[in-house]
Amino acid sequence: MSDASLGHLAAQGLDTTHGVVLYLQDISVSFDGFKALNRLSLAIDAGELRCVIGPNGAGKTTMMDVITGKTRPDQGSAFFGQAIDLTRLSEAEIAHAGIGRKFQKPTIFERHTVFENLELAMKADKRVRRTLFARLDSEARDRIASMIARIGLAGAADRVAGLLSHGQKQWLEIGMLLMQEPRLLLLDEPVAGMSDDETERTAELFLTLAGSHSLVVVEHDMAFIARIARKVTVLHEGSVLAEGPHESVQNDPRVIEVYLGR
Amino acid sequence: MTRLFSARGWIALVAFAAALLLVVPVLALAVPEGSALHLSEYWVGLGGKFLCYAIVALAMDLVWGYAGILSLGHGLFFALGGYAMGMYLMRQIGLDGVYHSQLPDFMVFLDWKAYPWYWSFTEHFWYCAALVVLVPGLLAYVFGWFAFRSRIKGVYFAIITQALTYAALLLFFRNDTGFGGNNGFTDFKRILGIAIATPQMRVALFMLSAAALLGTLLLARWLVSSKFGRVLAAIRDAEQRVMFCGYNTEHYKLFVWTLSAVLCGIAGALYVPQVGIINPSEMSPANSIEIAIWVAVGGRGTLVGALLGAFAVNGAKSFFTQAFPEIWLYFLGLLFILVTLFLPRGVMGPLQRGKAA
Repeated sequence: MSDASLGHLAAQGLDTTHGVVLYLQDISVSFDGFKALNRLSLAIDAGELRCVIGPNGAGKTTMMDVITGKTRPDQGSAFFGQAIDLTRLSEAEIAHAGIGRKFQKPTIFERHTVFENLELAMKADKRVRRTLFARLDSEARDRIASMIARIGLAGAADRVAGLLSHGQKQWLEIGMLLMQEPRLLLLDEPVAGMSDDETERTAELFLTLAGSHSLVVVEHDMAFIARIARKVTVLHEGSVLAEGPHESVQNDPRVIEVYLGR
Repeated sequence: MTRLFSARGWIALVAFAAALLLVVPVLALAVPEGSALHLSEYWVGLGGKFLCYAIVALAMDLVWGYAGILSLGHGLFFALGGYAMGMYLMRQIGLDGVYHSQLPDFMVFLDWKAYPWYWSFTEHFWYCAALVVLVPGLLAYVFGWFAFRSRIKGVYFAIITQALTYAALLLFFRNDTGFGGNNGFTDFKRILGIAIATPQMRVALFMLSAAALLGTLLLARWLVSSKFGRVLAAIRDAEQRVMFCGYNTEHYKLFVWTLSAVLCGIAGALYVPQVGIINPSEMSPANSIEIAIWVAVGGRGTLVGALLGAFAVNGAKSFFTQAFPEIWLYFLGLLFILVTLFLPRGVMGPLQRGKAA
């Protein structure tokens, strides 16, 4: 995976002519005989906000690993838009193509300042030589400053990120994702550890992002799901158990048995 | 963010440069030998050695302190730079060897009739100077390319670098390898046709080492205060996040790793004419571990700490190996334990008062 291909992908733009931003088809992944994903198929529409729920071990995180290039599927295909085959790209190339990922445990650069965290995430030519001589112009500074305000960290630009509260770290990570200007955001338990107020603001943020971005949100917090959900996918034992509008999924007896009922 | 040093930092740097490039030469050459202020050749040579070690410590701090890559094989790159320079110095002996042959004494001893092919062109200074940079650089690049591509990290990476330097040690120990076996190269006479064992040449080599150290410090400082340096530190702290931000972390690690090896090669090339010998013991695993100890003692990820660590540990080593040679290793072990227990961020830790790297 050469450096040149990174620039190529970024310039190419995303072909979503069929209105679908992400196709997963028959994806299987197994670890030492355990089938983490079992012929999983899923399609996310452009601009959609999709919630994914399911018990522990259902394969939610493995699905994100496949989409972001961390894990290669044993079989099946994963396409971003019409043309980008995710199973052939590295993590960095997938990020360049326009997929941003928030981890379950907030993963930020703890020893960098809030400003630097956003600076490093910001969409740019991220090859070594360009990075060596990179300088921030005033337009870039303004973009970082407005993102800091947007994620509720105004006044904390120079604070070391490791000193932020858990909820603030979650927001900083979301801010870093947005600085990458992704087309698709994968959010693994984004409101875990947040206060009610922070959770509500996160819900509002996601609802404003939907439309211009596609979002896949994995959550256990059913109140949060109820607040933002349009379409919900339930994973169970590595494949899709049920999919549909929030209400119908909530009343599906199979879903109640494996997940909601406990 | 854009400034390399604070105002106080610049003053300290200029004072350090003045001490090395003005005060030492004056005390060594202009002050008469009887005077109490006169700096003897011994001290100039020792100081020059320390300057070379400090360059290695900076190179180590770049990869370990900033990028989080612990190398326990940096002594190899240092030794390779030293051997490249040593080849030239052996050629400069000319007919003045014990056997008065065009060949180095060890080749005469092995009954070789001509230089092996890989000694070609080594009579030219610039060719050897290029080898000083290229051999460690190329080895580091190839090794790093495989290691980083395979995502080998942490202790596994460190162990492989130990194995690498140990393998090289065994290779260079063999007489048939053509680098003087366990005796290595020594008995140097001239460099660029000028006699080596004169006070003037000693001071000149010292000043060259000082200039190389200052240049390394400025380069390293520039690197770590650029966006590149922030990416490196981010790789150290959360490599996955860096990848998901769209950075190809392999390329970043490979760049800084190769640069670090090249800096070690240059340090080795400056070291050899000053100590007058290069042999495979420079490649022993313990030597490489010591380099990591200098940086740990000084404080990782601070550059200045690496510098101080190299001076402090080697100063202690010089003292102990003369005064109490048998307890030096115990002292080194104790030092490492005490620093780990009480100064986890090295000497620089308390000095920085909570500032993050």
